Amino acid sequence: MLKVLSGNHSAAFGALLSRVNFVAAYPITPQTQIIEKLSEFVDTGLLDAKYIRVESEHSAMAACVGASATGARAFTASSSHGLIYMAEMTFWASASRLPIVMAISCRALGPPWNIGNEHTDILALRDAGWVQIFVENNQEVLDSVIQAYRIAEDERVLLPVMIGLDAFTLSHTSEPVEIPSQEMVDQFLPPRSDKPYLLSPENPFTFGNMSNPTEHMELRFMHHTAVRNAKNVILEVDKKWEALFGRSYGGLLDEFMCKDAEVVVVSIGASSGDAKEAANILRNEGIKAGVLRVRVIRPFPSEEVRDVLSRVKAVAVVDRNLSPGSGGILVSEVKNALYGLRSKPFVKGYILGLGGRDVTVEDYQAIFRKTLKSYEEGDDRADWVNLNLEVLDR
Amino acid sequence: MSLQIKELDRKEYLLPGHTACPGCPAAMGLRLLGKALGGNMILVIPASCATIIQGAFPKTSLTVPLINVPFASSAAIASGISETLDLQHKDVPVVVFAGDGGTGDIGLQALSGAAERGENIIYICYDNEGYENTGIQRSCSTPYGAWTTTTIKGKPEKRKDIPSIIAAHGVPYVATASVSYPLDFIDKVRKSSKIRGLKYIHLHAPCPTGWRFPSEKTIEVGRLAVLTGTWILYEIEYGSFRLTGPSRSLLDRGKRKQVEEYLKAQGRFKHLNNEMIKRIKEEVESKWEEVKGLTLRGERGSHL
Amino acid sequence: MRKTTAISEPAKGVAGKTGSWRLKRPVIDDSKCIKCLICWIHCPDGTIILKEDSSVYVDYEYCKGCGVCANECPVKAIKMVEEE
Repeated sequence: MLKVLSGNHSAAFGALLSRVNFVAAYPITPQTQIIEKLSEFVDTGLLDAKYIRVESEHSAMAACVGASATGARAFTASSSHGLIYMAEMTFWASASRLPIVMAISCRALGPPWNIGNEHTDILALRDAGWVQIFVENNQEVLDSVIQAYRIAEDERVLLPVMIGLDAFTLSHTSEPVEIPSQEMVDQFLPPRSDKPYLLSPENPFTFGNMSNPTEHMELRFMHHTAVRNAKNVILEVDKKWEALFGRSYGGLLDEFMCKDAEVVVVSIGASSGDAKEAANILRNEGIKAGVLRVRVIRPFPSEEVRDVLSRVKAVAVVDRNLSPGSGGILVSEVKNALYGLRSKPFVKGYILGLGGRDVTVEDYQAIFRKTLKSYEEGDDRADWVNLNLEVLDR
Repeated sequence: MSLQIKELDRKEYLLPGHTACPGCPAAMGLRLLGKALGGNMILVIPASCATIIQGAFPKTSLTVPLINVPFASSAAIASGISETLDLQHKDVPVVVFAGDGGTGDIGLQALSGAAERGENIIYICYDNEGYENTGIQRSCSTPYGAWTTTTIKGKPEKRKDIPSIIAAHGVPYVATASVSYPLDFIDKVRKSSKIRGLKYIHLHAPCPTGWRFPSEKTIEVGRLAVLTGTWILYEIEYGSFRLTGPSRSLLDRGKRKQVEEYLKAQGRFKHLNNEMIKRIKEEVESKWEEVKGLTLRGERGSHL
Repeated sequence: MRKTTAISEPAKGVAGKTGSWRLKRPVIDDSKCIKCLICWIHCPDGTIILKEDSSVYVDYEYCKGCGVCANECPVKAIKMVEEE
């Protein structure tokens, strides 16, 4: 069934079709429509689930941890300050190996308060031990939430999964979305198993008491291995989805005209669409432009990124995020992946679009051109797109 | 006929050889909790002494299903567990066993939320009146005048009245208890397990290590707290207040032992001057005045 | 099966043989004991063990010698004796 849906509502429909039976959520712009829609689904009987309207995001993730440990298929959503507030529980959820799925409508952090699109929130938690997937359009939002449960509950993974969607560009913008039937989704996603463990009176075990240095490292190795296992599972899941629903997102990477490209923009999220349009325009001028949209931040697809970019002359990595003092987060991940190459491409980082600032097709055209020019000049210093410090003189 | 010791479950749900200090009231509380519910529970324990009493992975000293949780999160985790058990049509009590810090300080938000939503959990706060697990720092529950490592001249503020805060949420059951009166505590736990909604039990847990008294005196100090009227045993069932145990006969001030007897038994109060002792006694008096009013209302059957 | 996460099984003695912590040990005089079970209910370690007839004995492997039992016994049937 085709429906015109916002990104937020697409996430809610994804949770509905996944037969989520537990939601604990706290509102924050720009995620609110996700949790409002889910509340409506539950209150109208469409979704048979327990819904706790918790008193904070920290409690939202805590309630999901409790529920998931007891066997529920749990879902929540957050953004920005809410995500950072629940950060403690987020680390706890992954090391607890619980297959919770969370949608993040990525928003800037304050102060000053800003509700605009920015990826710093979710990327700041790339060390929290979750699988992190970024989407480009609303169809991918819906599909990815359902796929996320398949990935999360796979016995080789058993980890929570975050789905990142751009604030307003996706969360509040409506697009036509194909809503798969419940029967088809049920074929794809079986009910939750009792892995990795189940809190129940039949099982007198203790979870998570103290560890000594003798065991902690090994448990962390298990966690790390599980995140790395997610790579293959994501690829398998993408293929299974394609077989059933006819849609593929490339699994780990979405490669657009990269094979013969001389200059490639590497990006995450919805803005990649504008980069692709810009690439098309440049191609018409004879410049071999391409776009590499990284879908999965954790586990970071280092080998795959290396394979694609090894043939490219010049790489522009765009970061709608900031690690103050270091620069973009994606560019550091990409450079890390490229390090092993004997012959490395030229890489220039771009900080753009912080605090919801618009990034246009024209901006991307300029980025492609500037990258090629900088390659000639050997100038790989990071660039802040459209930076205008005079606005601070007002 | 009221509960007798010899009727209690002989099985141990807290196994010997655990890591608690000698004379530890938290260990006493856990042991009694097991016997109260026959081990039928999902136990939620935040960072606290009770975490350490379990010992280290891969072994545990508890024989009931138990999930360890971050400090601020107990009531929220318990809410998630309880709602899911409901979904599964399983009737198993979800019990939080948290310290005073994890309840009244960092854990208060989640507890208040759970109370307001009427989550079906038994929340037991074992109150050793400080952050004893991390080395005796002051908490909201540390009484006025008490020495701790962060109030070396004695705590200047009076303690937070957590049971009253929870009672103000209109939950169906709030009670205070003491490890020194185990049958009263067990009664209250069992009563809680038969009520739906948030049940709150505040368990007085005199700590030899933190309060500076010899380990053999734990029960004696707890008893003195009650018999001097410093710790009051009561329950509020659907808004109706009633005193329990020895506290019932202590409305008469003449029947209460001198508060000094309780204070002198503990090293953490040895620096008190007369003015401070006077203030402590005044606080005990004024609390009993309040209790007098609550008891009268309770007898008339008024509901909050 | 190899564990992948922090799941622990119940066991006695997670702190080792805690009887080694003792400076004094409780000694019960059975002739004085009235089987009130007050020592049993208060013991924080569960190292006062009940026999079928409700008489009690001490599990010295794990008893920490805290002395609560001796302090609470209403007939003073328990004495704390120095460990050698």
